[in-house]
This record gives sequence, C-alpha cells and structure tokens, in this order.
Amino acid sequence: MNTTRRTLLGASLALPAAAMLPRDAAAADSFKVGFIYVAPIGDAGWTYQHELGRKALVAALGSAVTATYVENVPEEGADAERVIRKLATDGHKLIYTTSFGFMEPTLKVAKTFPKVKFAHCTGYKRAANVSTYSARFYEGRYLTGIIAGRMTKSNVIGYVAAFPIPEVVQGINAVLLAARTVNPNVTIKVVFVSSWFDPGKERAAADTLISQGADVVMHHTDSSAVVQGAEEKGVWSFGYDSDMLRYGPKTNLTSVTMDWDNYYIDQTKEAIAGTWKSSDTWGGLKSGMVKLGPLNTAVPDSVKAEVAAAQAKIESGALLPFAGPVKDQSGAVKIAAGASLSDGDILGMNWFADGVQGKLG
Amino acid sequence: MRLSLEARERPARIMTWASPLLAAVGSVIGVSILFAALGRPPLTALYVLFVAPLETLDGLAELALKATPLLLCAIGIAIGCRAEVWNIGAEGQFTVGAICGGGVALALGGGGAWWLLPLMILAGIAGGMAWAGIAAFLKTRFNAHEILTTLMLTYISIQLLGYLVHGPWQDPDGHSFPQTKQFEDDALLPMLIEGTRLHVGALFALAAVPFGSILLGRTMMGFRIRTVGAAPAAARYAGFSRNGVVWFCLLLSGGMAGLAGICEVAGPDGQLTPVISPGYGFAAIIVAFLGRLNPVGILFSSALMALLYLGGEGLQVSMQLPIAVTGTVQGMLLFFLLGADVLINYRVRLRPARAVAGVARHA
Repeated sequence: MNTTRRTLLGASLALPAAAMLPRDAAAADSFKVGFIYVAPIGDAGWTYQHELGRKALVAALGSAVTATYVENVPEEGADAERVIRKLATDGHKLIYTTSFGFMEPTLKVAKTFPKVKFAHCTGYKRAANVSTYSARFYEGRYLTGIIAGRMTKSNVIGYVAAFPIPEVVQGINAVLLAARTVNPNVTIKVVFVSSWFDPGKERAAADTLISQGADVVMHHTDSSAVVQGAEEKGVWSFGYDSDMLRYGPKTNLTSVTMDWDNYYIDQTKEAIAGTWKSSDTWGGLKSGMVKLGPLNTAVPDSVKAEVAAAQAKIESGALLPFAGPVKDQSGAVKIAAGASLSDGDILGMNWFADGVQGKLG
Repeated sequence: MRLSLEARERPARIMTWASPLLAAVGSVIGVSILFAALGRPPLTALYVLFVAPLETLDGLAELALKATPLLLCAIGIAIGCRAEVWNIGAEGQFTVGAICGGGVALALGGGGAWWLLPLMILAGIAGGMAWAGIAAFLKTRFNAHEILTTLMLTYISIQLLGYLVHGPWQDPDGHSFPQTKQFEDDALLPMLIEGTRLHVGALFALAAVPFGSILLGRTMMGFRIRTVGAAPAAARYAGFSRNGVVWFCLLLSGGMAGLAGICEVAGPDGQLTPVISPGYGFAAIIVAFLGRLNPVGILFSSALMALLYLGGEGLQVSMQLPIAVTGTVQGMLLFFLLGADVLINYRVRLRPARAVAGVARHA
C-alpha cells in the first residue's frame, strides 16, 4: 500500500496546472474559530442549532472571523482529542466543543495549548483557558408541560429519552411538575433508547408509548422521528432542539429550541478583543438561549396565555420549576415545601419525581 | 458485443501488484473530479488527504494510534476467515476486554504496583477470549452460526458496559454522568514518544503481524486453519478437528480484540464511558479483507484506513468540506481498491453475446 500512496501523488502531478492554484480560504488577519460537532449537521437537531450559531457568528463578524467546523466527531474513543488538537495546531484561537463527551479531550488539549481558548458545551470541568456553557433546557420543558397537561385526554405523556443523565432527567421532571399544576392526574411513561440519534429506535419507542395510551409524546433525542410518528398516529407531540413544526404540521404543538447565536458572537468578540476569561454560562429563557418555538394553531388561546404568563414568571425569577413540595418515586421528599433546588442539585439530578413511570439506571 | 468477466485458471501474479496501482489511478481521477466539481483545487485536496497527516511526528503518531486497534482486531478476524470462521463481533470482544482490564484498573489502580499493567492487559485478553468463547461453545455444541452469535454478543456487551458506567462503576463525583473516574497514572500505558499519544499498545499491534504470519504460514495450526477453510473435506479426511479450529480461531481473535480494547481505555481514553469503540471491531472487517486476509497486507490496509480518517478530518478542517464529501472520498477509495482486486482472479473480455452464454453454462 506504500506504493499506492506514492502513485496517488505521482499521478496527481499530471493534473491540469489550473487545478494547482491553491485557494486562499481566509484573510490573513482573520481570527480562526473552530467548532466540533458530535453528529452530521442535518436539517434539525442539536448539532444543527450549533451550526446556526456558527453561521450567525460569521454573519455578525464577517471577514474578521473564519469559523471552521468538523462534524460527526465521535464522543467515544480517541478521535475527539485528535480533532481538537488538529484545530489548535491549525491556528484556531478559540474552539467550541459542542457535546458532553468532549469534556476530557478538551481539557487534555487545553493543557497542551495554554494560549488557545476553549469552550465546552454541557460539561462541568473548567480551566484557565476552558469555559463551559449550557442552558436551562428544563425551563422550556416546563412550558411544554403546561401545554401537555392541558391537551392530554388520556393523562399519559410518552417521553422518548436518550440516556438517564441529569440534563434528560431535569426535562422529564420539569414536564411532570408543570403538567400537574394544571392537571394533577398526569403521569409520564419514559422509554430510554440509549442513543442520541437513532431515528428507527426513537420511532419504535414512540409507537410503543402511543400503544400504551400516551396521547402526547415528546423526546430528548436529536432526530424528528418522534414528531413524524406522532403526526402519522394523530397524537400530540413536542419537538426538541429545533423548531419541528414542519415535521408535524397538524399535531406538533411547539418545540423547545436552543439558540447559541449570541453566546458565540459575544465570546468570539471578547477573544478577539483580548478580554476573554474562562467562565461558566448557564443561560435560559431569560437570556434567550432556550426558546419556545412557534405554537401550533391547535393550542387554545387560554393555554397560550397561561404559557406566556409562566414564561414571564420564569424569566423574572418568580417561578422556579424545581420548587417544593416534590416527592420522588419512592415517596421520599426531595424538595421540601417552600424550598427550591440549588443549581448544584439540579445539575446532578438523579431521581424521578412521583408520577414518572420508568426506572433510572 | 458484451463485456464479461471470465475466471482465470490461476490468480494472475502481475495483477496482485498491479491492482492497487490501478485502484490508485482510478481513485485519484474520481476524487479529483469530485473536488473540482466542489470548487476545490484537486491537488491541494489530495495533498491534505494523503500527505499532510504524515508530515509531522505528531501526525505519524496519531496514524499509528488510530491503526493500532484496527490492526489487532483485523489480524484476529483474518485468521478466523482463513478457516471460514466468521467473527463479526470483534466490537463486542473489544468492549469486554476494555471492561475487564478497566475493572482491574479501577479496583487496583493508584497503588503503584509493577504488576498492575500486565494484570490489566491479561484481564483484557481474557475478557475478549471469554466473550468469543461463548460463540465458540454455541457453534461447536449447538451449531449456532458464529456470524449471528458474535454479533448478538456485541449488543449484550454494550448493554453490560452501559449498566456498569450508569451503575456500580459510575464516578461518584461525576454529576451523575455515565462514566467511571479517570484511571490513576499507574494504570495508564506508558507513552512511546513523549508529547504524542502513541502508547506501547502500538508495539503489541506491530508484533501481531509477524505472529499472525508465522502462525498461518509456518505452524501446524496454521496449516489446519487454511485446510479447514480451503478444503473442509480434505481436512476431515486428514483428521483435523473442525471444532478445535473453531475454538482456536475464536479464542485467538477474541483475545486480540480484547487486547485492543484494554489498550484503548488504558491508552488515550483513560476511563470507561458508555461507548468505548467508535466501530473499530466493524471497521476491522473491512481492513481484514482490504489486506486480503494476510497479516502483512493488513498492516498496510490498517495504516491506509487510519490515513483516510485523518485525511478526512483534514479535508473538513483545512478545506472546509462537509463530512459527506470525506465519506464519499473514503467510499470511492475502498470501492476502487476492492473492485480492482477482482482482476486478480478474473479477466475482462469483450465477447459476442452468444459466447457469454457459453461461459455462463461453463460456470
């Protein structure tokens, strides 16, 4: 195979000279920013939202910035560290690593490249040149819980989830607690599919939940399979990551969407200006990092008003989604009446509220 | 007139060497057209794909690091294939090897004992062997086909790993995220080159090449393996135990995949996570056939495969090409390489339609 490689190069020299002119991709003084994506960009989902953020960054800063991305980098194994390192050696000054599994690789590369700045999404380990950022997705979930509680007839909500990690558990509990404020009989059935992106499995899980009586389904995975399945079966659905109304025009009630645009623009501006400092950002509805997508016309005006009121209260801090009294599945009090969870307790959430059917771990 | 493939009486020696060259020319032309159509200079793109990853010491180390698990798994798979024992589940044996060796690291790491790493490696090999041994038992006892059993065992191994990292082995300080704590320093494989990630596991992989070659070419067991694969009736007549060969091949390939697994977690990973392998066990099947089931060939094919991964990332980083393009380029190269190999055993003939029918009857 050594022969092969040499031959490839030899043969390539014979190509037309016009092809030999290298194209200067970036202006010389352009600030290079890198993005690592865990999945292909596609046309909806987690990675797609980060790509929208990258595009917004390019649109805002123009030729002052060159924003490279590498998509479909596996979280598992040794690949991520190599790709992050490659971006750093290639002159990227600020690197966004957009999935939890990139945490250790990001920190390792950051140690080798102390002058390069890194921002890791959804992790909890920081360093002098490593920031973290994420959003309170559960605030958006809480709003969908109100709608779900009002719209369900069977009082069963089906929830297709990827893995039992705190971020997912927060969403499930938030939906349950919100739904019960308007409909105390609601229960949630959860199916874990052990994958962030597996449309076949996600769809099969949704079908199972619907056959078990769920007339509202939602998902914490990255495809639109659940929304599409719900549209076919004629049950209500909620989208996640991106606005998914177009995948279920009749039955998709709304979506919890993420918006990283301002974070990427602000952080990159600071890095260019030299004022960037390692920080921990946890945005939410108030900062606009989490948004509720357009509402389906099927949502009654009274419910719309209810959602708008709750959103205003969450943004002002008057409503805390994880406020007591809350019991877990075993009946133990997790949040006392009058108390609310600290950020630390929310970040490590590893229990299901009473009313969630499904096992953790 | 019709184009037809005609079987050669014996494999053409010249094509054995010419087919990779032919494939190279074909893929360079194909890939260049693709790059040109996307508005990228083909020469620069080819350079990024094939040369840039090899220009630095770090790049070479990364290439060897990426090739290591592929090489270990593929040689084991290839030896089995020579005996028509199809181990599709190297991915699962890799995972169990990582679990067993990683379990030792988590339980005994931090004490600084000299025997810790050897014990981890032995545990990894034993885990992979045991996992493949289940398939060998099912095959020899119940005649359950190993293609099915090894594949199904892969899914079980991934669930087992998921249970451990979500449950008993979860890092208590990890905010409930599914992962174990980082291994202690004494449970990490020593580096071969300071400043890179190349660890001693690469030496095991390199040693597997002469090991596999000698086993297949110079030992009685190798002769049995080849005979059982090429002429089962003759093997029976000679009194070679088919079951013995099945056990040997599965234990050997399972052990090698297990070794690859522990080297990966005690090398670059440094902890157990819900998924350890980004598909090494499956990619190794391609690598094994690309290397024509020959250990020396596999050394080159694993390096080429690793280069395709690295070069593919280079295309994304330096040329701003989407991953679909790098996937297409990789597919094109494999297509030409495997396609050109047909010419070793077949010749292309232009024939009148009637004569083609005659060939078909002949076959």
